[in-house]
Amino acid sequence: MTSAIRAVGLSKRYGELAAVDELDLAVERGELFGFLGPNGAGKTTTIRMALGLIHPSGGTIEVLGSTATAAGGALERVGALVEEPAFWPYLSGRRNLEAFARAGSGRADVRGRLGKIDEVLGTVGLTDAADKRVKQYSQGMRQRLGIGLALLGDPELLMLDEPTNGLDPSGMREIRELLRRLADGGTTIFISSHLLSEVEAMCDRVGVMARGKLVAEGPPGTLRGPTDRIRIEVDDVAAAKGLLERLGGTAVEAAASAAGPGVLVVTLSNGLGSADVNAALVREGIGVHALEPQRDTLEDVFLHLVEGIDVPR
Amino acid sequence: MFRVELSKQVRRWRTWLLAAALAGIPVLVVVAVRLSPPPPQNSQDAPPFLLQIVRNGLFAPLTGLALVQPFFMSVAIGLFAGDAIAGEAQTGTLRYLLVRPVRRTRLIMSKYAAAMAFTGALLLIVIASGLLAGGVVFGIHPMPTLSGTSLSVLDGLARILASGLFILLAASGIVAVGMWISTLTDSGPGAIVATVIVAIASQIADQIPSLHAIQPFLPTHGWLGYTGLFRFPIDLATMREGLTISAVYTVVFLALAVWRFRTRDITA
Repeated sequence: MTSAIRAVGLSKRYGELAAVDELDLAVERGELFGFLGPNGAGKTTTIRMALGLIHPSGGTIEVLGSTATAAGGALERVGALVEEPAFWPYLSGRRNLEAFARAGSGRADVRGRLGKIDEVLGTVGLTDAADKRVKQYSQGMRQRLGIGLALLGDPELLMLDEPTNGLDPSGMREIRELLRRLADGGTTIFISSHLLSEVEAMCDRVGVMARGKLVAEGPPGTLRGPTDRIRIEVDDVAAAKGLLERLGGTAVEAAASAAGPGVLVVTLSNGLGSADVNAALVREGIGVHALEPQRDTLEDVFLHLVEGIDVPR
Repeated sequence: MFRVELSKQVRRWRTWLLAAALAGIPVLVVVAVRLSPPPPQNSQDAPPFLLQIVRNGLFAPLTGLALVQPFFMSVAIGLFAGDAIAGEAQTGTLRYLLVRPVRRTRLIMSKYAAAMAFTGALLLIVIASGLLAGGVVFGIHPMPTLSGTSLSVLDGLARILASGLFILLAASGIVAVGMWISTLTDSGPGAIVATVIVAIASQIADQIPSLHAIQPFLPTHGWLGYTGLFRFPIDLATMREGLTISAVYTVVFLALAVWRFRTRDITA
């Protein structure tokens, strides 16, 4: 089966500036893929090219096996949220969905979409507000309706640009759970986000985009690199620090050097493991309250990849 | 997409406002003429058909059409054609229509058809309101033609409807120009104003004698051809000329609109 999304050498240039620069990207069917990057990285331009709104200046991008602008393209089976949701403000939420449902071609498809409106309104929690004019909707309600619109055609692929924008924390969780459920049911989901925590909590795989290029790709865990630092909470910092310095294979940053309880951050090397450190401390009679691996946050990785900034450790 | 467009516009306040304003114009004229009948010697300045209303209510819808055509119809075309694509771009709904997907050529053609349907509906409203107001106040009688012969009431009615149809078809060229303008910008009001300006500037240029060399090429040049329906025999030559100009503008500018829209990046 073809990939859900496949970009090969995809470029979009505006004069000298390359918004998207020879991008290669493949999203497989059934994946929940997170597309990360700062504003201006080219995420939205890539999404617009995938959906046939913007013509690439080079390369191709296919969704569900064909380019969006090709005859018999697959856009009927794609649900999309491109930047903010947009509706006719003088129509109610329900009438908006009806208008979009009727707008596409194929009589049977239109009937199918019309039949799904109530279900979709329920899914995004807008049943009670369905007959209000969109003019009166809050930003969160518009966002929900936008996601509802994307779900209308029973899509095989969802491309959502910042799907939790404007939602309160419980709304965010609801949408996240909804997307997870859809992904588990076999829908391919591609979301772009600048919210690292969101992508990390939800996605199977992450691509990081910066300056028009994909700078990293993989499961959220692997982007962080191996863990070589541990954080130890002991009841005698000075004693622990002295011991660990004698141990070799560790570099110690201490929060406090005086005797008494405190925190140490230790960088391991020479094959020394956290278990070895723990054993040594216990042998010396130093009480260990906590010992945990210190992973880079995705944010550190992100800053490192995107801006070339090394996060101080 | 054509039906979607119709049902959307019907649920808009501004459509009804425009319809109400246009329905009011013939009523206003009939009431004004009833209250203070114009002296017949001023016939040079009066709009066509105005003076005959006093004697025959059938002239009220014609006067209504003649009054509405130069300005109000241009505004309506601006709202329906000029706003067609640009307005959707401005609200952002354009990108959601296109990813549904609605093919770009189909979107232009549906919007053009809807703009024509609404312009036609507005002209019908003017005719209906004029018939009603004129008939009630002045009565319906056989019509004298501009050539001095007479038309039966039924024949007169048929020619009034034919005038409406002619005015609509003659306006098609400007509707197409409006569609093209609408693909050039993401500002709805900008495209509306530009379309109205083109329609009115063309009519003004058509009135300036020293511009006679370019007048046959103006999109509104044939707009008054419907008066030929009230001559004996019917003046087909001017009507044919008006329809030809409109047809050429329609084909050229719809083609330009489609070409422009298909090659354009949708960034709104």
